[in-house]
Amino acid sequence: MALIEFENATVEFAIYNATGRSLKKQLFQMATGGQIGSDERGRVVVRALENLTFSLRDGDRVGLLGHNGAGKSTLLRMLSGVYEPSSGSARIQGKVGSLIDISLGIDHEATGRENIYTRGALLGITRSSMKQHIDEIIEFSELGAFIDMPLRTYSTGMHLRLVFAVSTILRPEILLMDEWLSVGDEGFKHRAEARLAGMVEATKILVLASHSRELIMNTCNRVIWLEHGKIRMMGDTRAVTDAYFGVVPSELHAA
Amino acid sequence: MLKYSTVAAMSDIAAATRRMPLVGILGWQDVRQRYRRSALGPLWLTISMGVMIATIGIVFGSLFHSPMTEFLPSLASGIILWGFISTVINEGCVSFIASDAIIRQLPIPLFVHVLRMTWRNVIILGHNLLILPIVFVAVRKSVHPVMVVSIVGFALLVINLLWMALILGVACARFRDLSQMVGSILQVVFYLTPIMWLPQSLPASVSAYVLNFNPVYHLLEIVRAPLLGHLPSTMSWVVSGATAAIGWAVALLFYGHFRRRIAYWL
Repeated sequence: MALIEFENATVEFAIYNATGRSLKKQLFQMATGGQIGSDERGRVVVRALENLTFSLRDGDRVGLLGHNGAGKSTLLRMLSGVYEPSSGSARIQGKVGSLIDISLGIDHEATGRENIYTRGALLGITRSSMKQHIDEIIEFSELGAFIDMPLRTYSTGMHLRLVFAVSTILRPEILLMDEWLSVGDEGFKHRAEARLAGMVEATKILVLASHSRELIMNTCNRVIWLEHGKIRMMGDTRAVTDAYFGVVPSELHAA
Repeated sequence: MLKYSTVAAMSDIAAATRRMPLVGILGWQDVRQRYRRSALGPLWLTISMGVMIATIGIVFGSLFHSPMTEFLPSLASGIILWGFISTVINEGCVSFIASDAIIRQLPIPLFVHVLRMTWRNVIILGHNLLILPIVFVAVRKSVHPVMVVSIVGFALLVINLLWMALILGVACARFRDLSQMVGSILQVVFYLTPIMWLPQSLPASVSAYVLNFNPVYHLLEIVRAPLLGHLPSTMSWVVSGATAAIGWAVALLFYGHFRRRIAYWL
């Protein structure tokens, strides 16, 4: 069973190279993201997330809504275990997988095959279990003989197909996504959709940050709306998306 | 009783040692990335190191009137090992900073990044070691069974370097000026340590201080002395063992206390 339990989880960054009152004031004025204040020692502190309390269980498909800088990425990073809360607690039980920045660790001078193993090692997949997947990855990414060529010879599409194929062999219990991954031309897109949908289907908890109403409506059964690092609203998909995006006139008529 | 944070630090290090395949891949990738598409690859390191040793050997050997058969092997092994030691300490300062993209994206045990940096430098050291047999043949120095002891010495050296790199990596992630400072201190240590000069060329009264109170000298000796065909002094072993034990105790406390903050500092 996968489980996520946050209790008053807060993420605070001390900004060491921003000191002085005047600068702090300036920052206040241009702040669109988290809240900027200072701690008891007078350091400038950005509070990216403040007092988040929620719990997620098997079957939860959670959408994260919020403007840029509202704390969605920070929350995803906290869920992946990269950030531990600076106060409060975040309990995460279950294997976490992420489809964020799937090109991380790619070496452009190395061949496709070498990169598959490097990516795999970063994701914690052993060489031997990667060997079982490698034919499937090569076939799925439609790279053919290019698999033994350096990545710098790849087109953008080929590059994306490769990293997509590698990252989607994982079957995590908790899956984190920042927008839906969409790769390749028409033909490939459908196969990618199916593969991604299979991965999402298999995961116990999904957390998906998005700006797309349609995507959230179609994928999620719960929504968290973040604003300035705090939970503005949390609950049923319909209610929160309506509050966030506003009610669409045509739907009003339909209702 | 161990503090919770110290236990967490230990489990991070234990988890990192289980990620050795990742350490291996990333370390090799670092070396290869620097020399892709060059025909000789990392052997360029060996060549430039060899040229440097030959030049310094001729100039300083005649300057200090040192006998070449003794000076050259000592200089060659000293410079090669010093290159390893100083690079691990220098790059240790940026081991977390340089891996910020990975650290902020994937929950990989942080000590992996220290191991990766160390492994990369072990590979480079391996290439540089090729110079030693050439030097030994040139001065007709014979192979001695004692040389095997240097493997033990090297293991102890690496254990020592790992705690130094760990502490510096954490501290430099927070205080970015520190790595510049470490660089200058290493310069001073280089001249204080018998690398370009032979220990016996110092007057006895001075050498007691300059050598005995210099832990880097002892760390160097436990690897270099056996390579040159004699056993390191007991004092060198004791000092190296003691710095390893004390250093790691401090490093675990320190790492335990600040490990959670590292991702925030990057």
